Amino acid sequence: MSTKISRESFIRSIADLLRKTETELPDDVVNAIRKAEAAEENQVAKFQLRAILKNLEIAKKHRVPMCQDTGIMIFFAEIGSEFQPGFDLEAAIREAVILATAEIPLRPNAVDPLTRKNSGNNTGVGIPDIHWKIVPGNQLKITAAPKGAGSENMSSLRMFNPTETGSIKNFVLETIVNAGGMPCPPLTIGIGIGGSFDAAARLAKESLLEPLDAPIEGLEREIFEAVNALGIGCMGLGGSTTALAVRVKKAHCHTASLPVAVNIQCWANRHASVVFGGMSNGI
Amino acid sequence: MEYNLKTPLKKEDIEKLNAGDIVYISGEILTARDEAHARILEMGDNKEALPFSLEGAVIYHCGPLMQQTENGWKVVSAGPTTSGRMSKMTPPLLKAHNVRAIIGKGGMKGVADALKNGSVYLAYTGGCAALAAELIKEVKAVYWLDLGMPEAVWVLRVEKFGPLIVGIDVKGKDIFAEVREKAQKQLEKQG
Repeated sequence: MSTKISRESFIRSIADLLRKTETELPDDVVNAIRKAEAAEENQVAKFQLRAILKNLEIAKKHRVPMCQDTGIMIFFAEIGSEFQPGFDLEAAIREAVILATAEIPLRPNAVDPLTRKNSGNNTGVGIPDIHWKIVPGNQLKITAAPKGAGSENMSSLRMFNPTETGSIKNFVLETIVNAGGMPCPPLTIGIGIGGSFDAAARLAKESLLEPLDAPIEGLEREIFEAVNALGIGCMGLGGSTTALAVRVKKAHCHTASLPVAVNIQCWANRHASVVFGGMSNGI
Repeated sequence: MEYNLKTPLKKEDIEKLNAGDIVYISGEILTARDEAHARILEMGDNKEALPFSLEGAVIYHCGPLMQQTENGWKVVSAGPTTSGRMSKMTPPLLKAHNVRAIIGKGGMKGVADALKNGSVYLAYTGGCAALAAELIKEVKAVYWLDLGMPEAVWVLRVEKFGPLIVGIDVKGKDIFAEVREKAQKQLEKQG
């Protein structure tokens, strides 16, 4: 089986993937919001959850971004060790981002961190942010997960002492209380425990891609219930749904450390994947 | 309660609103976020006149995504941005101008006193940008495009813009502050 794809069709597919990501949410996320709306007893929250669902319908129907903060461009790529693209994948993804920015259109969000000068096309030093993982096989799977600033800005990381595992839950709750309505709840809360300073943050972000309808137990359930008992609710105006889901990812870490990262995601948990090569070639 | 209001807003329009009420606005609203707030204040300090009127105005905390077409500007996506960033600049702005309503998301800290008796904070559901764009019927003008597309002041004609929830009313009742306080108490109980 050939794994050859043309550079042009690859760029087209990535730009189409970005449009899909920006204009419609995965089914599990929409279902979680629907479930929250049905269960909500606070009328203010119910009204807002209905507005979110209506907004999703309009965005999907007219193929326009669901949120004006179309995010910073983040990709997770799993490349099969036998996959041979025959061209520079990173350069092609960058080109696809520029194309999608003009075409969809997307709000240009990438700026120099100090001069704050906007590149105008959502690319720049280190942007798009592409995480590569080499896996067995002859396929390339690319997941786009553009992230807005409202929720990202309220995220947090703390280096605990190794004996402080009992403080993790409280740290997450403190982060969520401090964030209040600012990160656009109902949230998906990604928690990375272990690894190192940077790996914990990566785990937290990756965990946001996990299906929201998977069964939860242990620490995930404990934190999920505690977060929703806070009563922050939709947009910080009160109600029973502050979090749609809590996802925890772990990695072994140094015996002397305990990094914990909380990556907050707004209700617009945007992500979608495309697979190239092997038997598949589409979104 | 549910209200339909028309701009420019009069004081009596907002005096009847209570925290938790639902409001829809028709007429003109102006977008302003960080940079526009800073410039409005700076011009005030220098006794310079603004190129637009804030009398009875509705300020929308929004950095819209706009597209320039042959027939002028088109709104693609225009949901609310985090109001918290404008918390410090809002009291002096309200002191200098009769802004009657602020639309945003996430609430604001320490502005309830400045709003008292003169203005309300209306919460628009964060991220509902496609819905908002449908309710914006016309881009009437744009000022300060030099600040960039999201930071410029866009004058928009809207019809039944909402649902907006009265987050802080003229009496100083602030739902966000109340929810925050309760959450803090719950946190202490759980911790």
